Amino acid sequence: MREPISYVQTDTTPSRRSTWSLRLGLLVADRGALAGLLIIACIALVALLAPWIAVDPTEQSITQAFAPPSMTHWFGTDEFGRDVLSRVIYGTRPALYVGILSVLVSILLGMPLGILAGYRGGWIDTAVSGFVDIMLSFPSLLLALMVVALVGSSMGVLVFAIGIAHVPIFIRLARSSTLIIRELDYVTASRSFGGRQFHILLRHIFPNAVGPLIVMATLSIAGAIREEAALSFLGLGIQPPEPSWGNLIRDGVTSILDAPWLALIPGLCLTLAVLAFNLLGDSVRDILDPRDLSASALKKGK
Amino acid sequence: MTGFLLRRFFTLIVILFSVPTIVFFVMRLVPADPALVVLGDQASAEAIAAFRQKAGLDQPLFTQYSEFMLDLMHGDLGNSLITGKSISEQIWSVFPDTLALALTALVVGAAVGIPIGVITAVKRNGWIDFSGRVFALLGFSFPSFYLGVLLLLVFSVWLGWFPVIHSMRGDSVGEYLQKLVLPGLSLGLVQAAYVTRLTRSTMIEALSQDYVRTAFAKGLTPYEVFFKHALRNVLVIVITAMGVYTGTILGGAILTETVFNRPGLGKLLIGAIAQRDYNLIQSGLIVFALIIVFVNLLVDLSYGLLDPRVKYA
Repeated sequence: MREPISYVQTDTTPSRRSTWSLRLGLLVADRGALAGLLIIACIALVALLAPWIAVDPTEQSITQAFAPPSMTHWFGTDEFGRDVLSRVIYGTRPALYVGILSVLVSILLGMPLGILAGYRGGWIDTAVSGFVDIMLSFPSLLLALMVVALVGSSMGVLVFAIGIAHVPIFIRLARSSTLIIRELDYVTASRSFGGRQFHILLRHIFPNAVGPLIVMATLSIAGAIREEAALSFLGLGIQPPEPSWGNLIRDGVTSILDAPWLALIPGLCLTLAVLAFNLLGDSVRDILDPRDLSASALKKGK
Repeated sequence: MTGFLLRRFFTLIVILFSVPTIVFFVMRLVPADPALVVLGDQASAEAIAAFRQKAGLDQPLFTQYSEFMLDLMHGDLGNSLITGKSISEQIWSVFPDTLALALTALVVGAAVGIPIGVITAVKRNGWIDFSGRVFALLGFSFPSFYLGVLLLLVFSVWLGWFPVIHSMRGDSVGEYLQKLVLPGLSLGLVQAAYVTRLTRSTMIEALSQDYVRTAFAKGLTPYEVFFKHALRNVLVIVITAMGVYTGTILGGAILTETVFNRPGLGKLLIGAIAQRDYNLIQSGLIVFALIIVFVNLLVDLSYGLLDPRVKYA
């Protein structure tokens, strides 16, 4: 059995709102978080505006094949003369779609299981924890690969496969948060007032497990984006001609001698996106850490 | 100690038994009929029946399962559905290549990550610490296969120091080692990011302990304190984490082998998935799982050797 993680907020702050607005202020003041947020906002904007700022990413023009970057094709063209910029722009969509939805899947499956295991204990806890320990010793890429190998690949399968692969992390997180929170006075108080179990779980345990959840979710999105790209790179994710950063890199590697930009540019976008979510997640973790909160607030003169 | 070993041995037996069992039954959930996948939609009924008989698919599920487990205990993983070749032989022929890659990556990860972690912890909050943390963040964000592509582009295509194609049958030892450099670096540098973070945080914690203060108080030089006292305790934790790293390295090896077109377990598994060779997929997954189980066992057993305080009560 593992030690419960310690960064759950255990003190009961008299005024919730002010703490959260303080944190929001810190988030904007933190350069790492701000940079992460800005990059994510840019990527999201590009994904939304794709039809207006890019040409059809599947439109071929054989005479234009392997054109190096120029004014008409900023990032050059690929072996079929398709505009690489447009393909990279449309590549933001599967990255964000799979990245965010798969983490939602893991949260929806993992949180209830983890909270239940932590709150009820007993054989449920033993079974769930054992399962999590075994799952966690396998790389999530291998777990996702297994699902894809079984049912073939499509956008929906990717969301599901990567989501399943991340479930154990969220079970463990929710379980350890719950173990700490359920012993706190206000939960005991609620129980002594005759609070129903479901009520306690929903109103007291869940909201207090949200902080670490946000951190883990942000970091998991980074991992999920990387895994979608990895699966597509292996030819087991998004299938061409639909563009995804992963399959663009795959195509780029085969023509790395003639047109190195084909692999370089989508890889840069991928790294930037993963970096942005990691930056944001790391910063949010520092900000949510209650031990650090007062210190960093003092430092900033608040 | 004996009690611990017995219990660990018992769990090992349970895992060794359950991993193939789970994989076997999960593989039977495949919606597609392997016979149709291998022979194509146009196959005649007789051909399908013959194939099912040859592959043992006409037997009841439980018979298939018990035969599969019996063969497995004899080290026989069956034959490929597509080529009919022995799977055990195929796996053994590429296993050394993946092992060499994984070991190189482990060494690179430790050789780069531990020193950076120690230095950033000792010189905390200065510019060295900042660059170390940037390195770790980049390592976390750089997909290992993209790093591989970059290394390939710079060192093979532009500088010409290494071959572009990394397939390597009939190579001399020198050539073999040469072809290990770029794949090992691309997998190991990403790994180094994890090692850096872990080393830094455990080192910072170790430096605040009483025994470090005592060591300073009795007049040891910082060098002696950091490397003889603090680092030893940090290493225990880092080596323990190697169990977890094996998983990520094996996952990464699948990608690295594809980037460099290197033979290996990962390449074999991906090829099997692409061809829907269910027998080979099944065996590949079992082998990956068993390697991870085995390494974790080794790590568990080495606790006591590394840290005398640990008693296997």
